Amino acid sequence: MIDPKDTAVAVNKVTKIFDGHTVLNNLDFIIPKNKIVTILGFSGAGKSTLLKHILGLMLPTHGHIEVLGQDLTMLDKVQLREFRRNFGMLFQYAALFDSKTAIENVMFPLREFTDLTEEQMFERASNLLISVDIQEVAFHKLPSELSGGMRKRVGLARALALSPHIMLYDEPTTGLDPITTKMVNDLIVATQKNNLSRGMTSIIISHDVRATLQISDYVAFLDRGNIVEYLPAAEFAKSTNELVQEFINL
Amino acid sequence: MNASSPAKPTSWLYRRIEKIGRQVIETVDGLGAIVNFTGRVFYWGLKPPFRLKLIFEQFYFIGNKSLIIVGLSGAFTGMVMAYQVYFGFQLISVDSLVGPVVALSLAKELAPVLTGLIVSGRAGSAMAAQIGSMKVTEQVDALEVMGINGIQYLAVPRIIATTFCMPMLSCLFLFIGNVGSYVVGTKALMIDESMYLSKLGEFMHMSDFYQGVIKSFFFGFIVSVIGTYFGFGVTKGAEGVGKGTNQAVVWGMISVLVLDYFLTSFLVKIL
Repeated sequence: MIDPKDTAVAVNKVTKIFDGHTVLNNLDFIIPKNKIVTILGFSGAGKSTLLKHILGLMLPTHGHIEVLGQDLTMLDKVQLREFRRNFGMLFQYAALFDSKTAIENVMFPLREFTDLTEEQMFERASNLLISVDIQEVAFHKLPSELSGGMRKRVGLARALALSPHIMLYDEPTTGLDPITTKMVNDLIVATQKNNLSRGMTSIIISHDVRATLQISDYVAFLDRGNIVEYLPAAEFAKSTNELVQEFINL
Repeated sequence: MNASSPAKPTSWLYRRIEKIGRQVIETVDGLGAIVNFTGRVFYWGLKPPFRLKLIFEQFYFIGNKSLIIVGLSGAFTGMVMAYQVYFGFQLISVDSLVGPVVALSLAKELAPVLTGLIVSGRAGSAMAAQIGSMKVTEQVDALEVMGINGIQYLAVPRIIATTFCMPMLSCLFLFIGNVGSYVVGTKALMIDESMYLSKLGEFMHMSDFYQGVIKSFFFGFIVSVIGTYFGFGVTKGAEGVGKGTNQAVVWGMISVLVLDYFLTSFLVKIL
């Protein structure tokens, strides 16, 4: 049982219905603080919809979502927008602004939401880029001049710029070669470790079972809008659930 | 198939009517969505932060980078108009009126409408393509996750810049068009220079100039709203970006021409 004080996200009886179709069905689970939690599932299982609910980009038809103790359904649009600064997100293809260089991408959230001087922003962005192993020579390159792995790292640096309490990873290793996949997974673990003192939580949406079991503390399996299994990673591999076993053995 | 359900008519006429009906519903739906989008543009446009840097960047892209194409179009439009009007007016010996006729045509119609069409083709398409490709590569989602509204960050600066750039570009078109007409009229067609200028002063009034400026202000607004609207509506990758860009240009140009009719019928009564 997770102590409410140690809860990052509490999904309370959440149902989402689109045009009469139930996408999330009475979901009820908790994501603890300071942990890496992965949500696995087949395509169309409702993973992205769940992610959008956690971010407050969608509100549930029924139920409540509490993030860091705040019920998102009680916030208006402006409050939700401000609350979203608690999140950092690494998108599937990094989603870097293609007209800005690597360092400008990382400075972007700082420029929008802080009062730092240009020099302070540059210094913070440089440190973040170096922390994700981006060399100074790549600071002024446009995203189109960077490799897939480098783009992911710059995306991660940008996501960490405002020191988020919750890091979200959307299919972080999809479409990457094995070496870059390992690098991204190591980076996720390192990022979590480096930000543990701040109580940062990492939530990953993924298809990649092998990596998930290696890097996650907890794994949830979502199927057609239902959480059919939610266990510590070590136990998840031994789950007796047929769907989970089918997914693991694919 | 359920035997008790009434048979669905499948004649050519039925299918045709059904298709037209569906297109009407989709068009009305689309118009409603554009009105809704415009409302959101006003809402976010009036809310801080006001990103002046982004507005000036768009001023540069829409204004400065359109100068050459607008100038060239204006010059040749004025020159061609001078020729066409001259050969018509010569038949009834009123070739001295070439200057004012060209100037009035340019001021009231050609400068705002052609500038509107040029900007729709150049900047409207670029807006749809830029925002559309940002949409499909999740850059717009990245803004939202950071707590930045996409309409406020991407659409509002473009719409403000285009709305205020268009009258300036239209004035440039008007000025260069008149210079072109003057050069052709007085140097190639040998119309007396003082006659050309005196007739111009006699027939051309400030209200004619205002009509064009007011029109181009509205054209700038509608072209940019449509360009950004279709950008945000992009789905399905590169194919969607191409489709959105195409729709932005087509609907931008149609809107300029339709709006021109309504503005003209209104402005001629009040100016």
